[in-house]
Amino acid sequence: MTRISLGKWLLPLYTALALIFLMVPIVYTFIFSFNDSLKSNITWRGFTFDKWLNVCAVQNGAVCEAFGNSLVIGLAATVLATTLGTMIAIALVRYRFKFRAGTSLLLFLPMATPEVVLGAGLAAQFLSLGVPKDMLTIILAHTMFCISFVVVTVKARVAGLDPALEEAGRDLYGSPAQVFARITFPLLLPGILAAALLSFALSFDDFIITNFNSGAVTTFPKYIYISASRGIPAEANVIASAVFILALVIVVTAQVSSAARAKRQARLS
Amino acid sequence: MSSGAFADRGADLELVGIQKRFPGFTAIEHLDLVIPAGSFFALLGPSGCGKTTTLRLVAGLEDPTGGRILIGGEDVTTQKAYQRPVNTVFQSYALFPHMTVLENVAFGLRRRKIADAQGKAHEALRLVELDHLAARKPVQLSGGQQQRVALARAIVNRPALLLLDEPLGALDLKLRRQMQLELKTIQEEVGLTFLHVTHDQEEAMTMADTIAVMNKGRIEQLGAPEQLYELPKTAFVANFLGQSNLFTGPVLGETSTAIAVDIAGRSIVVPKTRSHRHSGDVTIGVRPEKLTLHKQKPVPDSSHNVMGPGRVTDVSFTGVSTQYLVLVPGVGTLIVFAQNRAFGPVEGEGDEVWVTWNVEHGFGLDDDPVAPDPRFVADTSTKSIAAQRRAALVTELEEA
Amino acid sequence: MAFAAFASITAPPTDAAARRRSPVALLLLLPGILYLVLFFLAPLVSLILTSLQAPSEFGDIGMYSYAFRWENYVVVMEQYWPHILRSFGYALIATVLALAFSYPLAYFIGVTARKWPLLQSLMLVLVIAPFFISFLLRTLAWKQLLSDESFLVTSLKAVSLLAPDAHLTGTAFSVIFGLTYNFIPFMTLPLYTTLERLDLRYLEAGNDLYANGFHTFRTVTIPLSMPGIVAGTLLTFIPAAGDYINASRDFLGGADTQMIGNVIEANFLVLLNYPAAAALSIILMTVILVIVGVYVKRSGTEELL
Repeated sequence: MTRISLGKWLLPLYTALALIFLMVPIVYTFIFSFNDSLKSNITWRGFTFDKWLNVCAVQNGAVCEAFGNSLVIGLAATVLATTLGTMIAIALVRYRFKFRAGTSLLLFLPMATPEVVLGAGLAAQFLSLGVPKDMLTIILAHTMFCISFVVVTVKARVAGLDPALEEAGRDLYGSPAQVFARITFPLLLPGILAAALLSFALSFDDFIITNFNSGAVTTFPKYIYISASRGIPAEANVIASAVFILALVIVVTAQVSSAARAKRQARLS
Repeated sequence: MSSGAFADRGADLELVGIQKRFPGFTAIEHLDLVIPAGSFFALLGPSGCGKTTTLRLVAGLEDPTGGRILIGGEDVTTQKAYQRPVNTVFQSYALFPHMTVLENVAFGLRRRKIADAQGKAHEALRLVELDHLAARKPVQLSGGQQQRVALARAIVNRPALLLLDEPLGALDLKLRRQMQLELKTIQEEVGLTFLHVTHDQEEAMTMADTIAVMNKGRIEQLGAPEQLYELPKTAFVANFLGQSNLFTGPVLGETSTAIAVDIAGRSIVVPKTRSHRHSGDVTIGVRPEKLTLHKQKPVPDSSHNVMGPGRVTDVSFTGVSTQYLVLVPGVGTLIVFAQNRAFGPVEGEGDEVWVTWNVEHGFGLDDDPVAPDPRFVADTSTKSIAAQRRAALVTELEEA
Repeated sequence: MAFAAFASITAPPTDAAARRRSPVALLLLLPGILYLVLFFLAPLVSLILTSLQAPSEFGDIGMYSYAFRWENYVVVMEQYWPHILRSFGYALIATVLALAFSYPLAYFIGVTARKWPLLQSLMLVLVIAPFFISFLLRTLAWKQLLSDESFLVTSLKAVSLLAPDAHLTGTAFSVIFGLTYNFIPFMTLPLYTTLERLDLRYLEAGNDLYANGFHTFRTVTIPLSMPGIVAGTLLTFIPAAGDYINASRDFLGGADTQMIGNVIEANFLVLLNYPAAAALSIILMTVILVIVGVYVKRSGTEELL
């Protein structure tokens, strides 16, 4: 019956089109990183590898400097947020304490607050305290909104961790420190890494909060925003494409290797 | 427990006045228990009776709200789990998924800095016949294999006391039978004290030297399996271990050796040595396999009790035996197990029968007689609920 | 990775009785909570205080002193209520569109494709791939692709689907389009995690009990995927309402598509009118909290965190 067979193909077709649609700006950005552009990268002038080879040449290395800042900030904020967030996640799942509802609310609010409000609030605070806006304020700001995401990610992993495993560790003569180091932490590590990656991605791509709290320091997104009015150099596309490819490779490799590992284990048993 | 040393044999376990309260409910009211060294002891009871809590208290995974715990005479109540010479085989096995089987088994040895941990771990794996899988990860093993690794991981530490938390629950029947025998063999070989927690009364009776039946945070009865089975003290024990036919009535009279109880007009005799109460209202009982069915009214006999006439309301052929339900007016429904010595059931549904049993086989409970708890009425009918309902409605209509 | 973040929102709650009471809990919690109090709560308080400030008597632009000038709120509302309404309107439309777009996608990946786990993961990677390219560049790409000189617009005009002098950029259409596109991953992932866990036997039971495909979908699938729908719509609506990139003149916005985010940014960074910016921020946040509260209560997903 044609009706059923049409229905069978409709959803996969839709999915394929939807995924292609999602890819459009990425492909566009990637293609235009090869554009032999001058100041603005809007019209296609010709194909060249120049931009990829001399990424940092343009504008006295402003693009690369912005990228470098983003990396440093991302790393610092990730380390801070992951540490603080993991501790909170463990406490939330494993321990009883008062003010549980208040804590949950405090963790939920930053995710529910629009970035404009977060950015403006922090900026207002720094302003009234007379703190100058620079790298430090950006790192502090990024850490703040990353903590909630870390907690949410790690919490899922901690909740999925069978408490019997740690009990077995204690039963088998492991002191609290040993149980944590040899059992809890290795088993939480995938979740912690996922949280760290998420944190880094959020920090790297953040613009709104950064814009309010950066002063003269430029991050990669901020550089793009500022250049948007007068013309974004193709080198920005180069960096963005490079980051994209790297991230894609990492994620796909992780997925493929864990699938292969699962297949190997299934075959052995 | 000093590191580097094994216990040379199992140790006594003593629980004195243990109480455990959680926010909202009390798991254990008051528990006194002594488990002699080298024995295989079972804590038996339904879910929520407090047996797992008791186990966790002994292991050190929970702290008692009151009371003391002594192992080998030493007060360990304040000692943490990792300081106690006790190991647990968990219900879910709790094998560390990120370590190999060998590393799992060697874990406890390494924490206590025992020399040649790897060698000893291999030995323990050989004991459970899994040494060839030492390099695998737990996820690659079957349920039965995981269970044996969990056992090896606990035994390798030669603890003074080995705790087993319903370790056979997840295994299929055949494997469970096999493991029951293996556990018993290992316990006798190695000479450890085993404390086995289970809700499966058959398992407890097969494996244990001594059983304690727990209910609602207290021990109802403690003793050898045969003792508990043939001479239950309370209705709970009588119905939890196997099945029982229970009757309540006043004591009519007594001789020097027995009491006679009035059950729906009949005089049922129970030996005094097998009855906890000798006056007033008592609940007495008899096991279904001790009952004999007769097609005609049997000749009165002072060594046998008679009940009947009754009508057979259900016949269940289970291969080895046949289970009959006999409805005796004024008394209730009796359960009768008859071994199939011939081929198949001897009575049919609707037949009129008499039931007898040897006076020596009856028992008298220590309980205050109350109406039988509907929870303990075994649903032994094999008919579907719909058919039962229909039959009940038909009877109602006929009576109306 | 990000899947895990959204997975937890729709994860079942843990057993409360299994938790221990210990001073360690406090040690673990305090640093993080203190950090949030310092850098989240305090700024919010700061924001509230700033929103009530009055211009300094003898100061320049950008100099304010503490007061209780409630009129700030009134002034700001009078001036910017169109922007507030517009922001929530755009965000609502974008959320609905994102939901309509993402649900079939999430359904295919999470339900239909269960037989091929590797394909599932790869498709998910494609869904979140836009995250790996800067948010701003994605929006700019659309700006170019929807601009008057682009292939798309010129072709549409050639076949008379668009009027010759029409623009796609700088309109409400392009802003909403940008909002929808940018938040599709936020909508798809929570939907996916819920649908991935959907027990297909419920659908079989529905079919067994005489419900046809559509009916089963409406009465079984949708209610069961509610946690994912709630999480996805919240994760889309909240950032969309406060967004100002899409509506910015340099990106997809125009003169009359300014959203409240743009106004706040302008007041704070350009006009240096901190009280106005702060008051608007508080208004925005309050409205969102109210909406979230009502929404969550009605859909019955208690444990959001």
